[in-house]
Amino acid sequence: MSVAAMPKDVSRPDSGNNKTLVEINGLRRVFDLSKPWLNRLIEGGGKVTLTAVDGVDFAIREGETYALVGESGSGKSTIAKMTVGLLRPSAGSVTIGGTDVWGSKDAEGMRAMRRQIQMIFQDPFASLNPRWRVRAIIEEPIKAFDLISDAKDRGERVGELLSLVGLDPRDGQKFPHEFSGGQRQRIAIARALASNPRFIVCDEPTSALDVSVQAQVLNLLRDLQERLGLTYLFISHNLAVVRHVATRVGVLYLGRLVEEAPARELFASPQHPYTKMLLEAVPDIEMGGSERQSIAGEIPNPVNPPPGCHFHPRCPQAMDHCSRDIPPVYHVGAANVRCHLFGDAKRSAR
Amino acid sequence: MTTPTLSVRNLRVEIPTRRGVLTAIDDLSFDIAPGEVLGMVGESGAGKSITGSAIIGLLEPPGRVAGGEIRLAGERIDNVSPDQMRRIRGRRIGMIFQDPLTSLNPLYRIGDQLVETILTHERLSQKAARTKAVKLLEEVGIPAAEARFSAYPHQFSGGMRQRVVIALALCADPELVIADEPTTALDVSVQAQIIALLKRLCADRGASVMLITHDMGVIAETADRVCVLYAGRLAEIGPVRAVVKHPQHPYTQGLMAAIPSLVGDPDATLAQIPGSMPRLGAIPAGCAFNPRCNFAFEACSAARPEVYDAGTSDASCFLHASEVAPSAPAETLRAADQAGIVLPVSAKETIA
Repeated sequence: MSVAAMPKDVSRPDSGNNKTLVEINGLRRVFDLSKPWLNRLIEGGGKVTLTAVDGVDFAIREGETYALVGESGSGKSTIAKMTVGLLRPSAGSVTIGGTDVWGSKDAEGMRAMRRQIQMIFQDPFASLNPRWRVRAIIEEPIKAFDLISDAKDRGERVGELLSLVGLDPRDGQKFPHEFSGGQRQRIAIARALASNPRFIVCDEPTSALDVSVQAQVLNLLRDLQERLGLTYLFISHNLAVVRHVATRVGVLYLGRLVEEAPARELFASPQHPYTKMLLEAVPDIEMGGSERQSIAGEIPNPVNPPPGCHFHPRCPQAMDHCSRDIPPVYHVGAANVRCHLFGDAKRSAR
Repeated sequence: MTTPTLSVRNLRVEIPTRRGVLTAIDDLSFDIAPGEVLGMVGESGAGKSITGSAIIGLLEPPGRVAGGEIRLAGERIDNVSPDQMRRIRGRRIGMIFQDPLTSLNPLYRIGDQLVETILTHERLSQKAARTKAVKLLEEVGIPAAEARFSAYPHQFSGGMRQRVVIALALCADPELVIADEPTTALDVSVQAQIIALLKRLCADRGASVMLITHDMGVIAETADRVCVLYAGRLAEIGPVRAVVKHPQHPYTQGLMAAIPSLVGDPDATLAQIPGSMPRLGAIPAGCAFNPRCNFAFEACSAARPEVYDAGTSDASCFLHASEVAPSAPAETLRAADQAGIVLPVSAKETIA
């Protein structure tokens, strides 16, 4: 099957009537950081756990780009790994195209589903095997899923994929070290596309790249989405990048989704105090010279997060019960916000 | 005119390798005035950090300063003995590096590290040095400084560690602080705090700052002037507003347009510069940027442009050279004019 034969009529992915492709429900992951049992017995001290992801729900519609943003330790990458099936969730479910990634017993269905998911990693220097030629790297998923059995046809397909990501088909003969960071990321993208996936998880795909090259890769991802009708889960800590690619954005803070909204709404009128703070903190070339409000504090240690709303110690609008009760999710306009401010009838009018 | 705190003239840094000598910095000149914050930007491999290392005499061998002059408050510091240089580092030039975990010794309490640094540079009693160290920690915003004095680096968070590093850099009241990617390892919310702190402390002490970063946003918020490097050469230098809003070098224009911003149309395709920066061994003849440049003409691949007055800033581009620019094809000049490049009068006449 050739990429060119795939539908091209997918418009800008902001149509609200597309069906849900990925559904994530009550996803939770707890890491056990305890010392081995014998050490605990001899030295004392109990179990130590870190809740990296704490009950996250969201859904990704076909053809859209869902972005997860958050600072280090917020659980972005853990969610990405659980979504593609690299890390088993402690609780909750991930459903892609109707198949439960972690619970399905249907082996055939699982295999078909896995072919639909691919991942692009942050560091193109680490994600490509330095001893393999580019052709072998890109061929790997085709072979793994038995998509094309004839070697010559596979070679052609690799050439096609390379031109699709803006490289020369002859580059297949080279090794990864012969390419720059941006070109390597293109190779990683070509590999991800090799199995004709519907859904690609991009974990910080441009963080390791320089700005001018970052722009190339972002434009390429967007272009491929339009041409191939791809759905992305886009993980990033860079809000400006997210603003340029996302249809919907989820903001994570210490493993909880604190705000979720369509990208336009989120950037135009952020609701959660943490989202506001994050947007405020980004140094932007357009705001040069202007004084910014300084933000207090840092992300607390996730092993021992603050009770109630995790954000309350840094929150300028914290109230008494913020430190006691975990806020439920409130619907504020188009946004879902996990903040007590919106529970108060008087305040929800804002 | 007052003597600049730092004056770099025609700096050339070479790295001899088995395959020949690479020129990492080629004919770079710039000044930093007293109290000024100069931002050094460029993509990886542009030579930002090497410039910083060359100034403080800590170039990693086999790299060497092969030409040019570096003056600190008027005195040459590029040809002093390693021993004299050691006394200048820390005392007169403070340094802040990217990763606060590697610039602090994990085996010493942070207070002891501060006291040691203070005593190295100043004649003070142990007790006075301790008092000064605590005061510094308070100044950089470490809560409960007195109690945290005897804590180890691993007991601090990333942002707090970087505050300690800033305290170390400032403890001898240096004239110049070289900050190499001071916020790159930090989260956005913490980054903003550190930038504000660095800016405030240096302003209070009247120290000049050379801020090396790849993040234009940080530069725009912090620096007075900015120096854009490309392949080890100066592309453009000028006041930060002018360079950000009206870049005069085609590379700077491309760079600014490529940065995703929080304002403007999010659906617009990001401008991209084709290709990538050349490796040091393969810098093209003439202007290093010419193969990627939309406005390149004959002269660009024939000779290397000097730094010309480009109105609001200075740029190393033939479009600003009054003798060379008129030789460019009229449509190139028109396109450049459209793109906001302020052409010299001679070139304007050609297209008028």
